[in-house]
Order: sequence, then structure tokens, then C-alpha cells
Amino acid sequence: MTTTVDSIPVSAGAETEVFDLKIDDVRTLNRAIHQASDGQSFTVDNPGGKHSLAVGINAGIDVEINGHAGYYAAGMNQGGRVTILGNAGVGVAENMMSGTVHVTGDASQSAGATAHGGLLVIDGNASARCGISMKGVDIVVGGSIGHMSAFMAQAGRLVVCGDAGEALGDSIYEARIYVKGTVASLGADCIAKEMRPEHLLELRGLLHAAGRDDDPAGFTRYGSARTLYNFHVDNSSAY
Amino acid sequence: MCGIAALQLRNPELRPKMGSLLSTMLCEIVDRGPDSAGLAVYDNPALVTEGQSTLSLLGGDLGLRPADIDAFLAGLLPEGVESQVKVVGDTTLVSAEVPAGELAGAVARACPGAVIAGRGGRVTVMKSVGHPMEVAERHGLGGMYGTQAVSHTRMATESAVTAGGSHPFSVADDLCLVHNGSFSNHASVRRELKRLGVEFDSENDTEVGARYIAHRLEQGDDLETALVNLGQVLDGFYTLVVTTADSMAVVRDPIACKPAIIAETEDWVAMASEFRALAELPGIGNARIFEPEPGRVYSWSL
Amino acid sequence: MRESATFDRATIADIQRAAETGIYDIRGWGAKRHVPHFDDLLFLGASMSRYPLEGYREKCGTDVVLGDRYASRPLHLDTVVTIAGMSFGALSANAKEALGRGASEVGTSTTTGDGGMTPEERGQSRHLVYQYLPSRYGMNPDDLRKADAIEVVLGQGAKPGGGGMLLGQKITERVAGMRTLPVGIDQRSACRHPDWTGPDDLEIKIAELREITDWEKPIYVKIGASRPYYDTALAVKAGADVVVVDGMQGGTAATQQVFIENVGIPTLAAIPQAVQALQELGMHRKVQLIVSGGIRTGADVAKAMALGADAVAIGTAALIALGDNSPRYADEYARLGSAAGFYDDFQDGRDPAGISTQDPELAKRLDPVAGGRRIANYLRVLTMEAQTIARACGKAHLRNLEPEDLVALTVESAAMARVPLAGTSWIPGTGGAGC
Repeated sequence: MTTTVDSIPVSAGAETEVFDLKIDDVRTLNRAIHQASDGQSFTVDNPGGKHSLAVGINAGIDVEINGHAGYYAAGMNQGGRVTILGNAGVGVAENMMSGTVHVTGDASQSAGATAHGGLLVIDGNASARCGISMKGVDIVVGGSIGHMSAFMAQAGRLVVCGDAGEALGDSIYEARIYVKGTVASLGADCIAKEMRPEHLLELRGLLHAAGRDDDPAGFTRYGSARTLYNFHVDNSSAY
Repeated sequence: MCGIAALQLRNPELRPKMGSLLSTMLCEIVDRGPDSAGLAVYDNPALVTEGQSTLSLLGGDLGLRPADIDAFLAGLLPEGVESQVKVVGDTTLVSAEVPAGELAGAVARACPGAVIAGRGGRVTVMKSVGHPMEVAERHGLGGMYGTQAVSHTRMATESAVTAGGSHPFSVADDLCLVHNGSFSNHASVRRELKRLGVEFDSENDTEVGARYIAHRLEQGDDLETALVNLGQVLDGFYTLVVTTADSMAVVRDPIACKPAIIAETEDWVAMASEFRALAELPGIGNARIFEPEPGRVYSWSL
Repeated sequence: MRESATFDRATIADIQRAAETGIYDIRGWGAKRHVPHFDDLLFLGASMSRYPLEGYREKCGTDVVLGDRYASRPLHLDTVVTIAGMSFGALSANAKEALGRGASEVGTSTTTGDGGMTPEERGQSRHLVYQYLPSRYGMNPDDLRKADAIEVVLGQGAKPGGGGMLLGQKITERVAGMRTLPVGIDQRSACRHPDWTGPDDLEIKIAELREITDWEKPIYVKIGASRPYYDTALAVKAGADVVVVDGMQGGTAATQQVFIENVGIPTLAAIPQAVQALQELGMHRKVQLIVSGGIRTGADVAKAMALGADAVAIGTAALIALGDNSPRYADEYARLGSAAGFYDDFQDGRDPAGISTQDPELAKRLDPVAGGRRIANYLRVLTMEAQTIARACGKAHLRNLEPEDLVALTVESAAMARVPLAGTSWIPGTGGAGC
């Protein structure tokens, strides 16, 4: 079990390239981001809920989005540090590999979907399917999450400081979930588990990385009962 | 499969700007449904008159001059009742001081084949094929006054790209429904409604939803109960916006895959498929923004 | 003694098996039932009214460009026969490498599968299509950028609307590592994508994939044939460069048998519907159509082309070309309770031919170089056979084959393919709605 986590970004560097999406188009922004090298900074003004902002980052760059983003913001991020000062649309940081994505507002459904690594921090709420099929990402949600979150979650950690919706962790594999508030219902094969010292330590690290000071002792851990890993006739109702 | 943008204006001062606000919202959902579009605007004094029923007929050219329709109707309506016929873009509006059902009967005889896309005392429904912004422009949306309004852009899945297949579906007085998603058992529900005597205008799955709600309202349901019942009967994926004379409701299916976002201030409440449609609303910076939860009915009254 | 037609031996065995195990039968390959197929169509070769081309001498082109609608780097293939998506996991690494070698040798493309891209496969494939699936196993932006095209998979012909289940025997350490799964578990695959549903959201997803890859790569949309008229139109509206339609005879690594045999429509019935949708949108030949599901011979290739496809994809046939079902391993098939030519129970991971297995000892039986040569041979035969027919029909290019070059042997195939019954001008079913 690892407790290493990325941290949310410190402020952007000296030379910042600014894109105003009232004037510039998304293609221009993404082209510049794809050509960037480590250490460069970008600011995106007037995002207006546009889609595919800062997707396909492939370097250690900083991107600050001043406002609400549409679908797939920071999709497939690899090494970038992206801050969205507002809400994020469907699939924020989907399939992220590494780096950090920080949403100061709420996130729509499928936040961090299938992400393999990095850290996704959502200060507000996330809606349905948060962390669906997550494959190694760490997600920290300051508020609550919607139904079917961590569905088929394979690896990584999902921390929820508020409440979780229906069917949490349905068909979960080896991902770990920590919830501070209530869970409306657990999905198939997801169970509450004991918080051992290593989990408290891991959770403390995640909360710290997300810039939060919640007490790890107030959380419950959830994970796979592993009864669906190989078919057994007695579990057929779960299929 | 579509885009939705709906707006209810609580602050009377904003109502003269309804058309321009809705145009801005509509512009951002065009990509979701570039085939055709529809609009429903409530309480526009240029289109509806208090105390009168107004029918919205598909098509700006019904093969008859407005004056001829007037003349035909004169013989079909009660003594002393005068009708007014107006052409707005691709829509013909017929108004008279009789119940909408009675007016519809007269119109059916005066203009056989005319399709009634909207009816009631307060709503006007305008639908057409083509680029949604051009549809809006042809109808002069930009300058319209309104208390609430709904717009819809359509990417037709299984039924034809026609004006009649566009949303909103307005099948009872001042009731409108728009849909993003796809009902999976609409054929069976349609059969059952037909058995109960309900008639249909199109092969569209959404019309089944609209007819079902109208049917439930007729049976005595309030709007919220009708929507809860719809969730029991209609299977599939949906985000729905339903408007009545003075209220607006939003509901998503229990799986809630199709997007919906709501923003609310003291002055207005708005719902759209995507945030970008809400981005330019006045005071959006301080609005309460949230996504409707699955299977829960949200409603707001004026 | 007389066997019941309703309760035949296979049905009796299925009932007995269900009662014993309590789980539906999961197997690989495509439908085993008989459905109307290309075999029921015949070409009208030239005679007096039409002029044939001289075999081997007069040129008959076989090349195709895929994905030039929006992509700045479309695929230029030398033959219209491509290799369909099959995962590393379902297949051994050697098998994947052999497919890549064979396809590259004849200038065509091969396709990854549910489980990511292997270096062996990328290294040996000149044109590699990278599948983007609901599970996103092994999906990563580096491989996305390395791909020559991206195939967004909505469904497979064997199971439109269904996810998959790869049994634990195949989830070895390497496969598990690539998919981020525990070793040895039954892998359950999702049926819907995790972050979009429906064509309006697919349009946004396609735009994202284009943004990530700087609008260079063709984007395919693959559908399992069930309502191909609507699905093709919607794929075009959502922004696809290429539409892939997989008929119900299409194979699968592991799916419920009830799905394979009972869901979807035959390839023959799917093509005219997809072509009609493209034609009505004015996009036929502009958005290319790749057809798969039961393509075995050059005649099948030519028939698919004549019905309006731009290219075809082969899966099961390619595995057979590699040596699958070879009678060489008769004893070993018998030990699995199967026999060469039946494809029963191989998917449990013990394929004696070393193709659909992750067992290192079995996998060694397939030499990727020799396998590659077999694939190249087979692809060349398919192409030459299709050319032979095209020349006989007077065509200087495979794409100039047309439905009017075909007649049908049966009423069913005439109705499905929308070509006349041989010797008549009768196309059954054209009086109706059309789709």
C-alpha cells in the first residue's frame, strides 16, 4: 500500500500565457498546451462552459481556468497541474494519468472516470458516477457525491468528505473508498471495512494533499467483498 | 438525443428580455441537435391575448391566406366570436375567445391536415426543421417578451426529421414537454394510450411522454404526481422539462445519464443540457447551480 | 429413433449444463446458427452486354483511403481487407504480433482490442487502429498518440448492447497488469461508456479525442448491427470519419451464448441499411463504411463492397488462418471436450493452437513470423479473389462493384440485401418503409 500522493499546485510561474475564450478558440488553446514544455503556465479566461479545455496535457505545466468548464476538462492529463476556478462539466480529468486537477466548485457526472493516476480534488460536490472505472487515480471530494460512484472502480482512492449517493462502489475491484458522511446505499460487492492504522495514515496524506484538515478518524472505509471476482452460482442475483 | 434550454423569469423586469436571453442559451445547445428546433414562449402579448385561446399550427403557409382561414372559421365558431390568424415565421397562430378544444375542432374543419403544435391561453409553440438559430430568427425570438420559455434542438434518433417530430410536444392546454434521451418502451405505452382513446400526431417517442402526462393530468394528477407516474411507466433514458401555464418542472430517469444542469437566482430559474447555455445569464456568477438528482421531480411556479 | 426438432441434442445439452452450473454459457466466436449470408448472393459476370477485364493483366485497384472527412492523416491502405479488433488478453501476444506482421506485409491495418496496445503489436503494425472501449483498460494518451486511427466502440455484432466477460484463466499477470485488475478474476466489461451516453454526447467525446490528438487521426465509430440505419446516421452526425458495422456473425472473445445467438441482425441485412443512411446524408464514400461479421472469402469481400462497403474487417477468419481449429491438435481438442472445427470451450484459455490463450507454453506454439506469413497469404488470397470477381464484372477498382452486379438465390437474402431474386426483377420488401 502506498501513501505517496501528488499535491495540489502552488501558484503559477512567472511567464503566463493568457487565452481569452471570448476571442481565442479551444483549438488554439490546446495546440499551445500540446507544444508547451515543463514549467510553462497558462491562464484561460472566459471559459464559458466550453468543452475539451486543456485536454491531452503532456508536460509539467500549470493551467488555470477562470470560470466554469464544460465536458472533459483536463481530459487525459499527464503531468499537468490544472485548476478550475469554478464548476467542471461531465468527465473532468477523465482518464488522467498523472498530475493534479483541482476544481474549486462542483463537478458534474463521471468526474475522474477511468483515470489511471494523479490527484483530482473537487472542493464542492461531484454528481453521479464519480470515479467510475477509476484505475489508480486519487480523488478527494470536499462535498458529496452522486449515485453509482466508484462503479467498477479498479484501483486508486476516493475520499468523500460529505455524503455518498445510491449504489456506492458497485462491482468494485481493488479501489478504496473513504466516506465521512452517510452512504445512501452500497452497490453489489461493496462493504464497509475496518479502518486500520495504515488507512488512517493513507487518508491523512490524501486529505493533506487536497489541502483539507478533516479528521481521518471520522471516515469509514469501503471496499470490495471480492465475492464477484469469480463466478459463483450463489451470487447470480448480482449479475 | 438533443439539447434543452429552459428559462422561467420571476422578475417582471427581465421578461421583456426573454427572447434575447433564450436565444443566447439556444445558441450553445445547437451542436447537440442541429436537425431541427422548437420553442415555446409563455405570455407574449404579441402572440397570445388574455381571455382567448391560441393554437399554434405547424407551417407558415397552410395553402390558405390568413383572411380565408378567418372567413372559414367565422362560420364554425359561435355567433359573435371573431378569430385572429397571424403568421409568425414557420408558424400560423389562430386565436379566438372560445376554449382551445372548441377552436381546435373548428380549425380541423377549416384547415384539414393542419397540425396543431401548441394550444392554450398562454403558450405559443414554434417548431421547424433547419439550423436552430435560423428557426429562432425566422420566428423573431430575439425580441420576444415572455414569463417562461423552453427551447429544444433535436438530433433525431429513430423518427423522421420533421417540424412535427421536433419538440416541444404540446398536447394539452398550455402544457409543453421536451426530452433528451430515448424511451425504450414507448411503443407499448402508445398502444395502451391509443386503447384509451388518445390520438397521436407523430411516431416520436417523446410525444408518448407528452400524451401520457396529459392523460395523467386529465385523470386528476398534479404535474409532480404525473411525472412520478411517468417514471413508473416509461422505461429508458430521459431528461425532461415540462411546463404548464405557470410552472416548470425537470425530471431525470433513475440512471440519469443524459445531462441536466439547473441554475437559480431570485430573478430566474434556468435549466439546460450544458452549463455553457447558462453562462451568459444575468447574475449567473451568484446563481445556485446544481444538477438535478436522478428520479426526483423539481418544479417551480410563477 | 427420431430426434426432436425442438429439443434437439444441443438444446438438451444446454438445459442439462444450465441445471448443473447455474450460469449461462459463455463462449467465444460468433453465431453458430444459420442466418442468410453472402453465400446466398451471386455475381452477374460480364458476357455480351458488359465487358470483363483481363485477369492478372488489366489493373483492378484494391486501395482505400479511410478517414479523410476530418482527419489530417487518413489511412491509405493497399487492400480493402483489414484486421478487426481483437484484444491482447483474448489472444496471445504472439498472435497479436503475427496479425500485425501479416497486415503490414500487405499494406493494411490491424486493430487493438479491449485491453490496450502492446509494444509487439505497435511495433509490427504499419497501420494500427486503437480501440476506445467502455472499459478503457490500458487506455492512455501515449498510445493514443501512437495510434494511426481511433475506433470508438459502441458495440459488437456478437452482442449489441452487451458488455463482456473474460474468464479468469486468461487474466494472467501481464493481462491483469495492463488492465489494472487482480490476477485470475473474471473480468466483467461494461456495456456503456463511463463518461458519455447517446449521440449528442458522443459528438462531444469525439471532439475531445480530436483535440487530444490535434485533429490528425481518423476517428471510427464501431456499432453492432441492430438498427444500423439509425446508428450509422447518428455516427455521421456525431462526427465520425469512418463507420464500422459488425453483423451478428461477428466473433467475440467471451460472451453469453444467449447473446451471440439471439441479438443483432445478419451482416447481409445490415449493409444496405447503413449504406442507405450514408446515401441519404450525402456521405456515402465520404464517411467510409467498414463491414465485418462473417467475411471468409474474396467473394464475401466483393459482395460486401458491391453492397456499398468501402472496406471489410476480418477477425475469426484471421484466427483460422493463423492456425486456429487446426486438426493438428485433434487429441488436445478432444481432451477439452471439443474438436477441431467446433470452437467450443477453447475460450477457457487452453487453445491448443496457442492463439486464444495466455498460457506461455501454448502461446509458444505460434511463431509470430510464420503466423504473419500465413496472415499475409490469406489477405492476399482474399484480395485476389475479390479482384477476380471485380474484373469479371468489368471493374477497374473494387469500389466500383455495385448492388446491380448481384442477384440473390433466396427470397430472404433478396429482401435483406435488397437485390433481385436471380432471374427476376423482384426485390422483396421494397414496398415497405425501406428501413
